[in-house]
Amino acid sequence: MAEKRIIDARGSFCPGPLMELIAGMKMASVGDELEVLSTDKGSAADVPEWIKKVGHELIGTREENGVWYITVRKAK
Amino acid sequence: MRILIVGGGMGGTILANNLARRLTGELKSGKARITMLSASDKHMYQPGLLYLAVGRITPDELYRDQASLLEPGIEFHVDPVTEFKLDDNQVVTKSGKTHSYDILVIATGSRMFPESIPGLAENSETFYTEESALKMFKRIREFEGGRVVITVGVPHKCPMAPLEITFMLHDYFKDRGILDKMQFQYTYPIGRVHSLENVAKWAAPEFDRLGIAYETLFNIKEVDGENKVLKSEEGTEMPYDLLISIPAHRGMEVIEKNGLGQNGWIPTNRHQLNMEGRKNVFVVGDTTNLPISKAGSTAHFEADTLGENIAAMVKIGTPVRDYDGKVFCFIEAGKDRATYAMFNYQTPPDPKAPTKAVHWFKMAYNKLYWASARGLL
Repeated sequence: MAEKRIIDARGSFCPGPLMELIAGMKMASVGDELEVLSTDKGSAADVPEWIKKVGHELIGTREENGVWYITVRKAK
Repeated sequence: MRILIVGGGMGGTILANNLARRLTGELKSGKARITMLSASDKHMYQPGLLYLAVGRITPDELYRDQASLLEPGIEFHVDPVTEFKLDDNQVVTKSGKTHSYDILVIATGSRMFPESIPGLAENSETFYTEESALKMFKRIREFEGGRVVITVGVPHKCPMAPLEITFMLHDYFKDRGILDKMQFQYTYPIGRVHSLENVAKWAAPEFDRLGIAYETLFNIKEVDGENKVLKSEEGTEMPYDLLISIPAHRGMEVIEKNGLGQNGWIPTNRHQLNMEGRKNVFVVGDTTNLPISKAGSTAHFEADTLGENIAAMVKIGTPVRDYDGKVFCFIEAGKDRATYAMFNYQTPPDPKAPTKAVHWFKMAYNKLYWASARGLL
């Protein structure tokens, strides 16, 4: 059954939000949603770029009080 | 107060010694007791493996007897934990003994897990164990030229290792006088050559200057050993003659088997370092699921915080400070130059140009580490 997982990468300079997401993807099952929390503005661009390149699905991106919430679905 | 530390690596050892010094009176009076359970009677200086892989040190320099590093008053047993009974405040060990605790610290570390990628373990060289680092050195010593590919899995221990091994291999082959027969190809999982933006800004021009090619947004999918081709999740292929890997890591099997955290990473509070949902269970070093570097310095600074906090819990019944996410990493930029990166949850690093002075400080730290593990530095 598909799950929603939160990856709290706030304040993460190293390895950083995208690396945390890549690691999280490896632990997730196809169909799972992963929501990355990031205080790094660059993640709003980096994560969708990687998602598109690998072929996963971008569900949405929003920003609230300096935190970016980027939701993706593992597609394969 | 019975304090039980599971794991005798850097984090567990620094914490045990830190606590023993802070609680000297309490240990003597019997008000506190510190017990460490470890899987080994030896303590390895893991950052030394990088140097072992390029023939710069020998294995004996990596080890000390664990008991010799511990303050008097710490009870030490080589008897790894097999079962965590957190609801009962007990653990069970391999020998069948049960240890009860008031405060538990889990510092079991992480291990490389190349088996998660088809073909990686059989077809690549790496350096995260003594055995693999020696094997890698023997392989590079016999290598007479060709295409070396350095590839990186996620998450991995030591965030600087991919850059360092690349620069050090470059200089190794340069010293052997066969640089003209070599091609270097570096890969990295995200869209720049290192996760730290300022480190990437420094490292990419260094790669350009040294003729090291790089492909970013490259996540290892599989290795075709028969045809010597590395394939990425992103759909690209890369031929190699010698494949060097920084494999993805996992926490220890005992963590996952006991249901404490997926892939062996324990959900941990980023400031208090307690296991989520448990007030008397703390996690230090690689074992946490925190979004920070899996590095010795992380374990060291976490242990410093926990040492103060656990001692305060014994003395005044409450922790006194938060872990701020501090990490400090040396970055070897070849055989004789280095720089460093220091950062925390709030402040990104700003590495300077590499110098010989920082390299020699790192060389000195390789020896000073043993004072660090004893909690003296």
